[in-house]
Amino acid sequence: MTNPNGRFGIHGGQYIPETLMNAVIELEEAYNYYKKDPEFNRELTELLNEYAGRPSRLYYAEKMTKDLGGAKIYLKREDLNHTGAHKINNVLGQALLAKKMGKTRLIAETGAGQHGVATATAAALLGMECVVFMGEEDTIRQALNVYKMRLLGAEVVPVKTGTATLKDAVSEAMREWTSRISDTHYCLGSVMGPHPFPTIVRDFQAVISKEIKEQIMEKEGRLPDAVLACVGGGSNAIGSFYHFIEDKDVRLIGCEAAGRGIDTFETAATVNTGRVGIFHGMKSYFCQDEYGQIAPVYSISAGLDYPGVGPEHAYLHDIGRAEYVPVTDDEAVNAFEYLSRTEGIIPAIESAHAVAYALKIAPEMTPDQILVITISGRGDKDCAAIARYRGEDIHE
Amino acid sequence: MSNIRKAFENGKAFIPFITCGDPDLKTTAAVVRAAVENGADLIELGIPFSDPTAEGPVIQAANIRALNGGVTTDKIFDLVRELRKDVKIPMVFMTYANVVFSYGSERFISTCSEIGIDGLILPDVPYEEKEEFLPICRKYGVDLISLIAPTSENRIAMIAKEAEGFIYVVSSLGVTGVRSEIKTDLGAITDIIRQNTDVPCAIGFGISTPEQAAKMAAVSDGAIVGSAIIKLLEKYGADAPKYVGEYVKSMKEAMAV
Repeated sequence: MTNPNGRFGIHGGQYIPETLMNAVIELEEAYNYYKKDPEFNRELTELLNEYAGRPSRLYYAEKMTKDLGGAKIYLKREDLNHTGAHKINNVLGQALLAKKMGKTRLIAETGAGQHGVATATAAALLGMECVVFMGEEDTIRQALNVYKMRLLGAEVVPVKTGTATLKDAVSEAMREWTSRISDTHYCLGSVMGPHPFPTIVRDFQAVISKEIKEQIMEKEGRLPDAVLACVGGGSNAIGSFYHFIEDKDVRLIGCEAAGRGIDTFETAATVNTGRVGIFHGMKSYFCQDEYGQIAPVYSISAGLDYPGVGPEHAYLHDIGRAEYVPVTDDEAVNAFEYLSRTEGIIPAIESAHAVAYALKIAPEMTPDQILVITISGRGDKDCAAIARYRGEDIHE
Repeated sequence: MSNIRKAFENGKAFIPFITCGDPDLKTTAAVVRAAVENGADLIELGIPFSDPTAEGPVIQAANIRALNGGVTTDKIFDLVRELRKDVKIPMVFMTYANVVFSYGSERFISTCSEIGIDGLILPDVPYEEKEEFLPICRKYGVDLISLIAPTSENRIAMIAKEAEGFIYVVSSLGVTGVRSEIKTDLGAITDIIRQNTDVPCAIGFGISTPEQAAKMAAVSDGAIVGSAIIKLLEKYGADAPKYVGEYVKSMKEAMAV
C-alpha cells in the first residue's frame, strides 16, 4: 500500500528536520534489506513465538455473543502477549532491526506506558540502553508502568511541555533523536511519524490480521463480517485490518476516543473532528485550530490521547475502505466493566473503546454473522483510574 | 534576483530571529526596529507553533508565551504590513509546515509576497518534501530557504544546487539553543556548498557570543541568532528593544573584524 515516497494517497511523507533525513534513509535501506533476510525473519519469529507468546488466541466470546443476541463475537487476545499488549510485536521487530544496524540505544515515546514497557523489555533482552519519554500527566495516570520501565532498566523522562501527554512525548523523543543519531534508534510505537515508520510498524503489527485470518478460517471456514479495533495512532488497528484490506466484504471499523464527546473540545477523535495537516513527520488528519495550532486533545485513555492518526488510516478513511467511529469515555468505561463481568477478561481502557462499539452493533447483526474485536491490551494498568472514575478512592 | 541577496552585501550578515508576539506584537515591532537600527541585515520572524519540534526550551517557551498572548497568523501579517512602512531590509518567516498548510499554502504564500516577506524557513520540510510549497513560492517570488545539517553529508551538494535566497546551515545536532561550544567542522560543509552554488550561506543554532559569531562569519556569509535574543525578551519583556539593539550591535561589530 505504500508508494515509494512513503505516501498513502495524499497522506504520509517525511516532514522532518534535515538533521534526521539520513537517519530515516538509513533505516529504510536497512529495513528493506532485513525484511527479506531469512536469518532476520527466523530470529524475529522465534522471539515472537518463544518470548512474546505468539500466536495470540482468537477466542470465541460465547457469553457475550449470547448476551447481545446478534453476531458471533471473537476476541483477538493481544492482551495475552508478553508485556500485556500488541506493542511488543512492533518493538521486537524494531529492536532487532536496530541491533542489526549497529545501534546500541533505543529511545521511545509512550502514552499509556505499554509501548514504553515493551521497549524497555526488548532493550533488556537484547542488551541495549533505553530511554523512554512520557508526558508528565501520563506518568501520574500510569505510575505502575513508570515503575515497570525503571525495573526493566530504562530511564523514564517525564515531559513537561505542552499538554504533558503523548504528543509532547513524541515531540521530545524526536528532539532527542536529532541530538543523538549515530548510536540511537527511535523505536516509534505507532503507525505514524515520517516514512518509513508507518510502513515498518504496520508490517510488524500485520501479524495480528494474518493470524486472525488463519484462525477464523480454521474455526469458521469463512472470513469475518467485521473487524473492530481501537485507534489512537492506529497500530493495533492497522495490524488487525491489514490482511483484510483486500477482502472488500469485511467491514473494518476503527474506534476513536471521543473523550467527553465529539461535540466538545475534550475529545481525541481525530478522523471525526480533525482536518488534514502536517505534523510529527506526516501529512494526515489532526485536531487543530483554524491557524493550524495543534489542539490539546483529551481522552480517559492515555494511549488514545493523541491529536493525529496514522497516514494509512487517513487514506483508508479517504477511500472509504475503513470506517472510523467515535466512542466516549463513558461508553468505554461501561465496556471495560461489561467485558470483565461477562467474559472474565479485563481489557485495556484503549481496547474497551472497540468493545464499546461492538456492544452497539453486534445486537443489530444476525447470528450467522461474525465480528472480531481486537483486545489490544490488558486492563490491569487501568483499574485504579477506572475505580476513581467511578468515585472509588483507591490507589496502587 | 532574490531580494535576500541584499542582506549579504554589507559584509557578513547578522540575522536575528524573533518570535512574533513574545510577549506582545508591539514589543516585537520595537525589537525589529532596534535590530535594524543597530546593523541587522535580515530579520527572521518566527510565527509561533504549538508544538515546535526543532526548538529547544528557550524558543519553545517563547512560542507558548506568544500563543497564550493571543497572537495569530493574521495578526502577524498585520505586524509585517506595519513594519514594512519603514523597514527596508529583507525579512523572512520561520514557522512549521502546518501553519502554512493549514492557512492554505497559496493563501499564505501570496500574502507573504503582498506584504513584503522575502522568504520562508520551514524546519520540518526537507528536500524530499519541498514540492509541497516550492511551486507556490516560485509563483509568488518568495524564496523557500533550504537547510543543511551536520548529518547532511552526501546530501549537501544536492540541496545546495537547488537552494534559493540563502542556505541555513545548522551548526550542531539537536534543537535550537545556546551552546558553549560548536564542534561541527562547518568549514568542510561550507566548502562543499560553495562548490555547488553562489547562494550565500549563514550558520545558525547555538550561537550567542560575539566570539562565536566571528568564528561562524569566518567560514560562512553570516550568523543567525535566536535563543540568545529570546532570552533578552524573556528577561526584559517590553524593555527588551534597548538590550537587543546593543546586542545586535556587538555581534555585527564582532563579525566585521
